[in-house]
Amino acid sequence: MPDPGTMTGREIRDAVARRDLSATDVCRSCLSRIEQLDAVLHAFITVDPDRALDRAADLDRRPGGSARLPLAGVPVAIKDNLCTTGLRTTAGSRILDGFVPPYDATVVARLSAAGAIVLGKTNCDEFAMGSSTEHSAFGPSRNPWSPDRTPGGSSGGSAVAVAAGFAPLALGSDTGGSIRQPAAFCGVLGLKPTYGRVSRYGLIAFASSLDQVGPFARTAFDAALVLDLIAGVDPADATSATRAVPRYEDALTGDIRGLRVGVPWSVLEHGVDADVRAAFDRSLEVLRQRGAVVSDIALPHSKYGIPVYYLVATAEASANLARYDGVRYGSRAPAATLTGMYEQTRDAGFGAEVKRRIMLGTYALSAGYYDAYYRRAQQGRTLIRRDFDDAFHRVDVVAMPTTPGPAFRLGERLDDPLQMYLADIFTVSAPLAGLPAVSIPCGFTSGRLPVGFQLIGRSFDEETLLRTADAFERDTEWWKAEPGKPRPTPRPVASSPSQPARR
Amino acid sequence: MPDDLTIGDVERIAALARLALTDGEKSLYARQLTRILDYARQVAELDTRDVMPTSSIVDEVVPERPDTARPSLDREAALANAPDAASGLFRVPKVLGDA
Repeated sequence: MPDPGTMTGREIRDAVARRDLSATDVCRSCLSRIEQLDAVLHAFITVDPDRALDRAADLDRRPGGSARLPLAGVPVAIKDNLCTTGLRTTAGSRILDGFVPPYDATVVARLSAAGAIVLGKTNCDEFAMGSSTEHSAFGPSRNPWSPDRTPGGSSGGSAVAVAAGFAPLALGSDTGGSIRQPAAFCGVLGLKPTYGRVSRYGLIAFASSLDQVGPFARTAFDAALVLDLIAGVDPADATSATRAVPRYEDALTGDIRGLRVGVPWSVLEHGVDADVRAAFDRSLEVLRQRGAVVSDIALPHSKYGIPVYYLVATAEASANLARYDGVRYGSRAPAATLTGMYEQTRDAGFGAEVKRRIMLGTYALSAGYYDAYYRRAQQGRTLIRRDFDDAFHRVDVVAMPTTPGPAFRLGERLDDPLQMYLADIFTVSAPLAGLPAVSIPCGFTSGRLPVGFQLIGRSFDEETLLRTADAFERDTEWWKAEPGKPRPTPRPVASSPSQPARR
Repeated sequence: MPDDLTIGDVERIAALARLALTDGEKSLYARQLTRILDYARQVAELDTRDVMPTSSIVDEVVPERPDTARPSLDREAALANAPDAASGLFRVPKVLGDA
């Protein structure tokens, strides 16, 4: 039997449809891999073996098989901030330790209806606030490429699940980089769709004007398969867009001749790790070889991205997290009065980073500081959006490294919140502007840590991002690399080392 | 804009946020929030004359739907996660303190 741990979602689906593999075989194999490796990696907060196997057996029993279901028998891992009926959903927080949702998030329901098998719920920073999974109340996940390092966050467990071969597909959520940064750190593909493209119904809210659900996968095709299913309007989410959903896999033609790629070179001048920069330059060359045209663009306000993001996101978080009051769900601390109960419950139930962000957001919204911080950050957000509007008059996609450096060591930034925030420098702009963005595996550092190549697209133009990612995969082997196996060598490119185009 | 956050500032914010912080947390957050706000203050450099704030990215008009009654979560399911429920209701401590 082929090893499902090394197969893509498409390969598993096709093998199950042909009856070369049963859904049960696939499910058993993934569960046994989790059992062997997850004690160290800790991708999952909750594994759900019994229901996963029941569901696989159901699919296998179907007369005529499940050939017409687009993800029949494909295991998926779901970030633990997405609600799953009857399956504990914690968002990485003690305050939701015993929470068992009475409904499925729309994205989970749609994947299940397509034949996907939910293996369990993946670890994340508490309420998706963090860049390392170290802020999970259930302990950090570890990077499969180097277990003393973080897998990134907040959707770190989902990235680990795909990188370690626990599941070919996973869902995460991205508010300031929480899909793309862990994808980059773990050497897998991560896509943050356009704001409004995917329903957030059943996603535990962090910052409502930024949050978006998206897939982790090893290939662009697999990400396209998932996006086909989860994209589209949902009556239960008023911010979901009514715009028609294309068949994303049809966009994967391999043809990127004439694609105009903009690079904000001045943004990359400082603070980018030399190996990350070298991998980025080589990646641009791969696109050039396929006929893309690379030019310099300006994003003059992107240097304000971090302060704008952290003011907007924490302000929204401080409002969204007001619902955790010990009344309707979650834990409760005993107290004699209602207000005392609220205050004790929240102090005991939230972790340090969540409290820090609630405090920051509350401050930025409070009387006397609202105009200086929150309103000004919202205006900064407008300026960042305008930068992209201007850029997209001249180019089709914007390229940047996903992160300034590779995965950092566990504990390294835990005592310095600001250093942790600065790791998000290249990922906060896309959600601030509502734009889709993808991180693609594009190489390794000399220390054998994965590097991510980020492309930001026009609003609702996920097709160009996926087409470009797929074209890149056709010319590179990075996406095939597996932790614990020898890494591929860079594919030789014909021309001389790339020279950045300068204004 | 203010300089360092005092313990009093932190207590004021914590009360707004309904957080009963310990003394250790108060001094830690006073220090950390001062540093983060010092960094965030960069937004003051932005030329925001005539710049509208962005509060939402949605370009579409928010759709309307007919106001018709539909089934919702049943009471038992809605109460299943409550820390304390009785007689089909959420039970909470006294609202008016010990009065």
